Amino acid sequence: MSDTHAGEVLTTQDGKPLKVALAKALRREKLRALALIAPLLIFVLLTFVAPIVDMLFRSVENGIVEETLPKTVVALQEWDPTSGTVPDEAVFVALYDDMAVAVEEKTHTRLGSRLNYEASGISSLFRKTGRGIKRMDEAGPFKEQFIDLDKDWGTVETWQVLKRFSPRYTPGYFLNAFDAQQTANGIELKPEDERIYMYLFGRTLFLSVAITVSCLLLGYPIAYLLSALPLRSSNLLMILVLLPFWTSLLVRTSAWKVLLQQQGVINDFLVWTGIISDAGRLVMINNQTGTIIAMTHILLPFMILPLYSVMKTISPSYVRAAKSLGANDWTAFWRVYFPQTIPGIGAGAVLVFILSIGYYITPELVGGTSGIFISNRIAYHISSSLNWGLGAALGTLLLVAVLVLFVVYDKIVGIDNVKLG
Amino acid sequence: MSALPPYASPLQITWYYMFRVICGLIFFFLIFPILVILPLSFNAENFFTFTKEMLALDPAGYSFKHYQDFFTNPDWQQALTNSVLIAPVATILATGFGTLAAIGLSQSHVPYKSAIMAVLISPMIVPLIISAAGMYFFYSRIGLQGTYWGVVLAHAALGTPFVIITVTATLVGFDRSLVRASASLGANPVTTFFKVQMPLIIPGVVSGALFAFITSFDEVVVVLFLGSAGQKTLPWQMFTGLREQISPTILAVASLMVAISICLLTVLELLRRRSERLRGLSPG
Repeated sequence: MSDTHAGEVLTTQDGKPLKVALAKALRREKLRALALIAPLLIFVLLTFVAPIVDMLFRSVENGIVEETLPKTVVALQEWDPTSGTVPDEAVFVALYDDMAVAVEEKTHTRLGSRLNYEASGISSLFRKTGRGIKRMDEAGPFKEQFIDLDKDWGTVETWQVLKRFSPRYTPGYFLNAFDAQQTANGIELKPEDERIYMYLFGRTLFLSVAITVSCLLLGYPIAYLLSALPLRSSNLLMILVLLPFWTSLLVRTSAWKVLLQQQGVINDFLVWTGIISDAGRLVMINNQTGTIIAMTHILLPFMILPLYSVMKTISPSYVRAAKSLGANDWTAFWRVYFPQTIPGIGAGAVLVFILSIGYYITPELVGGTSGIFISNRIAYHISSSLNWGLGAALGTLLLVAVLVLFVVYDKIVGIDNVKLG
Repeated sequence: MSALPPYASPLQITWYYMFRVICGLIFFFLIFPILVILPLSFNAENFFTFTKEMLALDPAGYSFKHYQDFFTNPDWQQALTNSVLIAPVATILATGFGTLAAIGLSQSHVPYKSAIMAVLISPMIVPLIISAAGMYFFYSRIGLQGTYWGVVLAHAALGTPFVIITVTATLVGFDRSLVRASASLGANPVTTFFKVQMPLIIPGVVSGALFAFITSFDEVVVVLFLGSAGQKTLPWQMFTGLREQISPTILAVASLMVAISICLLTVLELLRRRSERLRGLSPG
């Protein structure tokens, strides 16, 4: 086979063209890799990604009006909400039919509380109507009877809200999350004293920045010391960083609760030394100070570890060279050493920021009312106020923020290079 | 940090020692909160601070009553049982799926590798409150909300990224010609996996499993939403304890959990030394 001619196809031993055989082997290899990954991929898609997608869907879903009042929604299509008049008898007939069914199935109160998020008072209107509907004359006319039952049925605003929220999908929850609302005149910001979510997002960002900065200030010297010490002693000191990292979050939060209380260890110590008087005990918990101190402690290892892994790779000869060229200690550090640590700072800062922006447990326990984050509000809407749509919309906004940051993190570090411990 | 040169100026000497003092203070900040709960957990009174007797080292100021409470109180015992039932099962699921996937991901030709990686890592990135909210909505639709398996599946999903990351890290240093050598000597892929590949990547698998275990064992947000009273775990019990009736038993539990973390940390450190020694990177 030494005299292969140009154009002759190379073949394997069993006569197949080499190219085809290679492609086949490659395909088999790809399939094998995918077969190994598939179980986990399916598992994560089902147990984790599907719930997240479901939450995104819930933040715009609004089938409840159409499901509870199907005939009314159809009848309302004819009505012009800008006309300034209440819909005619046909709509009220549909409303009577729908309400009779809804009261039977006890779904009218759910619809009432849903619409109450958009205009207060509707919840009681639906409850009152539910109680009164059995006494109505089945022969009609229904318009007068409904308005007699509750005069809100005679106002254009009630019908405008009903019409505005009859489509299956609504931007209403998202507008709420942005402190805005849909009114007859289009989208408007809420009155100043009701704008809480933008303020809460702002506070979450501000506190996360404060926590990231304090982690950086405390983490940088430690990472530097660890990288400069000989391996034996730095391994020992590393335990002091890793032990908090491995200790349960709740253990550390309870420790801070014990330390920071007004009758706690730090205040007792300060009173004992005479720095503060017994009456002047410091308030360090259930406010922003508590959140910042406790979360800085909890997230500090996430700053130190990436900084350390970058600093360990920086050769000390650069700083020595700078000094031999006449730089003083500060210039050598600031102009030569510090710029080389910037990738580590970026990685650590983005990581700490991502983690802190979505924190729930620690702010809930030590944050009081002024130190809570947007996540605490999400939890409140899901477990207490049961406004799931708004909770989902706020969650979606938080998720978008985190994903943007994650893309930044991926650019700086790369998800393949995430290291643990 | 290199020692001070003999020609250092007074300013340099001051800074040298000041820097060490600053670092010492930061280390103190890191470790003090964890150490302070250990003596406090032996408090004879129901206080969260040192009593006069404790400071005087009077034995009467110390007692095991909070530990006793933990081991006899049915609430805490139920929580401990639940934690012990949930965490290992979630760990086994996460480690099994995660190890297989990490081996798959380390092959040389994986289509859509970065997209797959992003999906698999996402449970670690998405804030827990969002995962918890999404799972609460979704799992109540399919009837898993408030069940044992709902919590286990959720915890397993949260633990898998750690397994993938640690196992992938060990596979980077894995010499693929060993697999070929084993195959050429007649071993089938299964034998090769268990006899050649597994012993070499076991440190990564074990540390990934430890991460998955601690993720489940410490997790409170998801279980708060997904679980019902029957799935109350240790962190959940601590959380309610801290928020409502703050009882010093929490400090006894916290001290026991610190002991668990120390054990985990020791195992990890030994594993790290072993793999460094195997790769000839040991500092000696």
